[in-house]
Amino acid sequence: MSTGVLETATAGVEKAPRGSGRPRRRRPSSTREQTVAAVGLILFALYSIAPVWWLIVNATKDRQDLYNSNGLWFADFNLGANLSDLVTYDDGVFFRWMLNTVLYSGGGAAVCTLISIAAGYSLSKFRFLGRGLGLGLVIGSFLIPSTLITVPLFLLFSQLGIVDTVWAVLIPLFISPFGVYLAKVYVDGAVPDELLEAARLDGASEQRIFLQMVLPMMRTGAATVFVLLFVSNWNNFFLPLTMLRGSDKWTLAVGLYSWFANRADTSVDRTALTLVGALISIIPLAIVMVSMQRYWRTGVALGAVK
Amino acid sequence: MASVYSSAPARRVRVAKTPPRRGWQAAQSRAGAGFSIPFFLGFLVVFVLPIGYAVYQSFFTMQASGGLGLGGTEAVFAGPGNYVKAMTDEGFWASMLRVAIFAVIQIPISLGLSLTAALLLDSVVSERRGSGFRTALLVPYMVPAIVASLIWVYLYSPRVGPFTAAGNALGIDVNLFSPGMLWVAIGNLIVWMVLGFNMLIIYGSLRGVDRSTLEAARVDGAGGFRIAWSIKIPAIRGTLVLTGLISIIGMLQIFNEPLLFRAASPETVTKDFTPIMAIYSQAFTSNDYSYAAALSIILAAVVGLLSFGFYTLTTRKETS
Repeated sequence: MSTGVLETATAGVEKAPRGSGRPRRRRPSSTREQTVAAVGLILFALYSIAPVWWLIVNATKDRQDLYNSNGLWFADFNLGANLSDLVTYDDGVFFRWMLNTVLYSGGGAAVCTLISIAAGYSLSKFRFLGRGLGLGLVIGSFLIPSTLITVPLFLLFSQLGIVDTVWAVLIPLFISPFGVYLAKVYVDGAVPDELLEAARLDGASEQRIFLQMVLPMMRTGAATVFVLLFVSNWNNFFLPLTMLRGSDKWTLAVGLYSWFANRADTSVDRTALTLVGALISIIPLAIVMVSMQRYWRTGVALGAVK
Repeated sequence: MASVYSSAPARRVRVAKTPPRRGWQAAQSRAGAGFSIPFFLGFLVVFVLPIGYAVYQSFFTMQASGGLGLGGTEAVFAGPGNYVKAMTDEGFWASMLRVAIFAVIQIPISLGLSLTAALLLDSVVSERRGSGFRTALLVPYMVPAIVASLIWVYLYSPRVGPFTAAGNALGIDVNLFSPGMLWVAIGNLIVWMVLGFNMLIIYGSLRGVDRSTLEAARVDGAGGFRIAWSIKIPAIRGTLVLTGLISIIGMLQIFNEPLLFRAASPETVTKDFTPIMAIYSQAFTSNDYSYAAALSIILAAVVGLLSFGFYTLTTRKETS
């Protein structure tokens, strides 16, 4: 307690000269610059938020108001009616899609995280021939766009007969060179060699060291890899669009696209349905991202996501 | 070829020609290499085999086997036939050119805006205000890509969106799906989607710039703009190159956004509007898998060459 006070006191003394000198010298230009920065950032923030605001407002409107009222403000509040339409439409197919999306995104990301950490640990802590080559392959394949591999993957999977099954979507999501690279960076920093040596001297097997020591130490790294993979899986559209035919296996992205693209094929106007569906589909992703933001922000800082 | 690579880590350990080790060390290496087996096996299945299979299939062509096309189709070896066809495929190369021109214009604008936002954010002194703005700018990153495209297509649409109505009020005919405005519309959508994310990468890198240098420049009387231009931007050039590279790769595989625009305006957005759309339409509309495979290989080669070229060009500039 007393040392804490002492520390703050000395820190204050150290900072005092700079602190008192700065405002006098900088104030005039600084205030103006702060205003310019604030105005600029307000414009950027409005640009970023306005379309989402538009979606929120219009998800509460019925069909008439959608076309006839001011798009940026509420008319009659019909969110409840729109939601109940969404629940009942086509036997609640929307929530089936949401469940599928959670399964593909969450399951895919979870398995991929485990595989990535094992591989990252191997590439970081062991010296074996072929390791350099493996690392080169991992980094080199960042340059291969996933979209480009999807059609060849479809050709292969149709030979294997797994097209239009959940595996056609899940298996590609299990493998992420970027996840391995990120995991390796985390293992480099979080797992000290001395600890591994000590465990080996105590006679622990390599499997046991990995499961009982490395994995618990990698909690932050695992959370980061998981959340980045989850987001990119949730956004994935091309893979499920290519692989899946039956609408019972679709994801939210494919389902919403099909509602939008085939809107002329049905007698009912699905615009209100599509809008409220789009709004609802943001919620799970937003929850994951907000609750885990400290992980994906560090992940983004460590390297860019594919 | 590449399949040898991925099984290499596991296999080469056994025939290791490194200076003789004690047995337990070799066993340890072997166990350590084992941890990467699941990944490299998967890598073999989802990266190496599909590419190999696509190369293989691109040398075949589908032909009707029975007379009058009654007997179904069979694969016939075509040699480089698909590639010859691709080289003269005007639709495919037009889509490449279209996307290339778009990338040359859109990527600098998009990165410039992200850089501007990051620099403004970096100059904000108040911690709380800065974090508030940062969160606001990251809102689009939390919107799924297809939903973002949907929102903007609705905003652009003459019936629901505000732009056409605003244009009418001013006496201007605004049609964002017209051939001339289409790229502006798609470009803006992409800026909206990536602005916050790129801003975050650039901002993270800006935070790493040595603060004492900035202070010294301040003392010497440099204004905020001068400091940004002469110190901050040169200091983060590596990050800008990286984000540029990611943007180029992303642009060449652009698919989702134009597909939604096609659903809204099939007259102006053709089925082979972008290279990936051309490949998709060959595979799933024309059912010409072999030709789609050949186009995939060509596009992969172009992406690889461009990325490599861009990387060497920009890193050479940095060292000189």
